[in-house]
Amino acid sequence: MAASETAVLSTAPGIPAQGRLASVRRRLGWIGMVCAGIVAVVVLAAMVGQFFVPYDPTVGSVTQRHLGSSAEHFLGTDQAGRDIFSRLIAGARTSLVGPLIVVVATAVAGSMLAFTAVWFGGKTDAFLGRVLDVLFAFPSLLLAILGVAIFGPGLVTASIALAVAYIPYSARVIRSVALRERNLPYVKAAELQGINGFTITLRHILPNVWTQILTGSTINFGYAIVDLAALSFLGLGIQPPAADWGLMISNGQESLQQGFPGQSLYAGLCVVATVAAMAYIGERLGGRAAAGRSKQ
Amino acid sequence: MTNIIEISGLNKTFRTSRKHEPVRALDDVSVAVREGSCMAVVGESGSGKTTLARVLVGLETKDSGEVAIAGTPVTTSLQRKEQRARARAVQMVFQDPNGSLNRRLPVGSAVDEVLRAHFPLTASQRKERVSELSKSVGLADSHAQSLPSALSGGQKQRVAIARAFAAEPKIIVLDEAVSALDVSVQAQVLELLHELRRDKGLSYLFITHDLSVVRNIADDVIVMRQGQILERGTVDDVLDRPQSPYTRLLLECAPKPGWKPRRGVIEHLNSKIAS
Repeated sequence: MAASETAVLSTAPGIPAQGRLASVRRRLGWIGMVCAGIVAVVVLAAMVGQFFVPYDPTVGSVTQRHLGSSAEHFLGTDQAGRDIFSRLIAGARTSLVGPLIVVVATAVAGSMLAFTAVWFGGKTDAFLGRVLDVLFAFPSLLLAILGVAIFGPGLVTASIALAVAYIPYSARVIRSVALRERNLPYVKAAELQGINGFTITLRHILPNVWTQILTGSTINFGYAIVDLAALSFLGLGIQPPAADWGLMISNGQESLQQGFPGQSLYAGLCVVATVAAMAYIGERLGGRAAAGRSKQ
Repeated sequence: MTNIIEISGLNKTFRTSRKHEPVRALDDVSVAVREGSCMAVVGESGSGKTTLARVLVGLETKDSGEVAIAGTPVTTSLQRKEQRARARAVQMVFQDPNGSLNRRLPVGSAVDEVLRAHFPLTASQRKERVSELSKSVGLADSHAQSLPSALSGGQKQRVAIARAFAAEPKIIVLDEAVSALDVSVQAQVLELLHELRRDKGLSYLFITHDLSVVRNIADDVIVMRQGQILERGTVDDVLDRPQSPYTRLLLECAPKPGWKPRRGVIEHLNSKIAS
């Protein structure tokens, strides 16, 4: 009982930031802290990595093709003679920005749909539910490919197309948690006090479900990296010669058959490590939040 | 004296499932509450007393019948304007303050947002009013920044009461408002409610199953069972000279000092109800 009370207090506003940081650390555990470290490194690389890359990631030399690891080229070079290490660092940015667009757009649009459905209920809820069912019927990657086919390839269009494909998943999850909140007495009480639905949703429901939205987003982030990489792999996302992890896996496939697995391998490792770290953090924070809630 | 609430011929049925008979939660219920009085509604669980309160405040729609507050008929529409008007007329205090207060909203803000919804006040005027309201329910200003989890049960219920008073309603519906509190805290809150009613000239509809509370606060009382009103009158009449066998039974069941449960008492009561 005491533990659940401190958990409630620690996520509350008005608690010093230091206490909140400590509580996040406690929730993550040491594996979670390692994951947070991985994410931090990737984010740092995405932000400032381009100023520190040893070679220009988009320029190569034909005489330098398929070099192995050496003092000059830490992870070797690719089929165009470009430094793989430099491309990994430069690729961190597009590999993060794309999923970030996906996740933010999905969370915002999904929340708006879910809150609208939950607030008005009845026919509105049923109608929006059917619309989402139709979207569900298409595999998300297929839907994204359709979007890109219409609006043309590129990081932004691919990300937005993917976001649309993700909306039904996030909207369904947010709807279920918001619905539970909607039926609690405090929301009824606010309604009785003559406070309008928009205000109640923003001030009462949202603060009580945002942890779940955030958790869902970290998990979506992992999927988005993989799916965007798949789109880039198909040539629909990032366009060469820009560096992107998905693109590197794709470009590496021919070299793979020729016995030079480096490019695909290292880019794949980056994707796996980032996705796993994100998912673990999301799982950990979300799982704890859910446990704390049930104990209340 | 005029009636602040007039309910006549109110019906409400709930359909629980296709297989079962629909439940008649309210069966031709008529109630009149005098302005400035406190009407208690007593009855066992499932007697329809909470449904009556919920229809009155608009949380539930009625099937048929008339509800009028201060002479104005009330419709159970979800129109924004009518909801606001109703909020100014009737407010409700719920049984469990843990549920009726948002666990992530400081309690001062909970009162503040009601003021913001109904009155054209500046931020500093609202702050002053929140502090006035807190004082009137016996809470210190310092509590305004607290989350509900930092307050005791009695304090939380005081916040809920302050919030109900914030919109300056004519009627407050108290749905088992003191049932979740300790007996000593219960007495304090009842005393507070009594004072507030006297000072502000409010009317209460007080839903409870606790007869000792009824004697403490109410002027009039109705006894409900299975959606019907079995008995009505002043508190003294009904509690001291109960007419219906069911009311007598309720009074018998109420724990009194020295009361000990006897073997077979439940069977005895059930057989009495059946007769």
